[in-house]
Amino acid sequence: MTQRTKLDALDRRDFIAGASAVAIATVVFGKAGLAHAQDKPQTFDDIYGKIVGEAKPEDGKVTIDMPEIAENGNTVPYTVSVDSPMTDGDYVKTVHVLSSGNPSPNIATYHFSPLSGAAKVSSRMRLAKTQDIVAVAELSSGKKLIGKRTVKVTIGGCGG
Amino acid sequence: MASKPRIKVPASNKVGDVIEVKTLISHVMETGFRKGGDGKMVPRNIINTFTATFGGKEVFKVDLSSGVSANPYIAFNFKVPGPGELELTWVEDSGQKTVEKVAINVG
Repeated sequence: MTQRTKLDALDRRDFIAGASAVAIATVVFGKAGLAHAQDKPQTFDDIYGKIVGEAKPEDGKVTIDMPEIAENGNTVPYTVSVDSPMTDGDYVKTVHVLSSGNPSPNIATYHFSPLSGAAKVSSRMRLAKTQDIVAVAELSSGKKLIGKRTVKVTIGGCGG
Repeated sequence: MASKPRIKVPASNKVGDVIEVKTLISHVMETGFRKGGDGKMVPRNIINTFTATFGGKEVFKVDLSSGVSANPYIAFNFKVPGPGELELTWVEDSGQKTVEKVAINVG
C-alpha cells in the first residue's frame, strides 16, 4: 500500500515534468512558427540596431509631429520632418519610423531624393498601446539623426 | 483590393516650387495579427510599397508595414523641375499594382 502510494506520487511527478516540457516546447516552437508565418520576427531592438549600427545618431533635427494623446490607436496622424538641405550632394536618403510597442515595430520606411524638395512626410499609423515612436534619418553623407516622441493611446489599434 | 486612389496637387505651380502631393487609397491593410470570426488568424494583406516617379526618375518611395492604418494616406513633398506627369504606384502583397498619373502644370 505504502509502496503503491509512492509509485503514484512518482508517476504524478513524472507526468507533471513531462507535461511542462511539452508546454515549454509548445511555447517555444509555437512562437517560432508564428514569427515565421508573419515574416517579421524582429523586435524593436533588432531593427533599431540594424538601422543605427555603431553610429550615435544626433538628436534634435528630426521632428515627429503627432498628438500627445491618441484616442483611437487605429489611426494616429503624424508628420515627420527632417531639418536638412535637399540638394544633389546633401540630402536625406531614408527615414525609418519605428514603434516600441507594436507587434511589428516597423511602421514605414520613407526614401527621399533631391527631387523631394523637403524631407517631410505625413501619414497615419496604428498604435497598439501607449509607447514611444522613433524616427531615424539617414543622410546621403552617411550621418544619422534621430527623433523620439511618446504617445499615450486610449484605445489600442490592433483590432482585438 | 484597392480602389481608385485620390490624389491632390496644386492646380498651378512654378518651376522650383516645393509642393505637397496628397494621396489616399482605400485598402483594408490587414495586419496578420488579427483573428477572424472563425478564430483563425486573418492572413496579412497590405499595400507594401508606394512609389512616385517623375519622368522615369524616382522621387519618393515608401516601404509600408502592418503599422500603417487602413486606407493609407501619404502626403509627401515634391520640387517641381518643370511640367510633366507624376506617376504613382501602389503595390499590394498579392503583387497587384494600382498605377495613377497626375499632371503637374507649370504656369
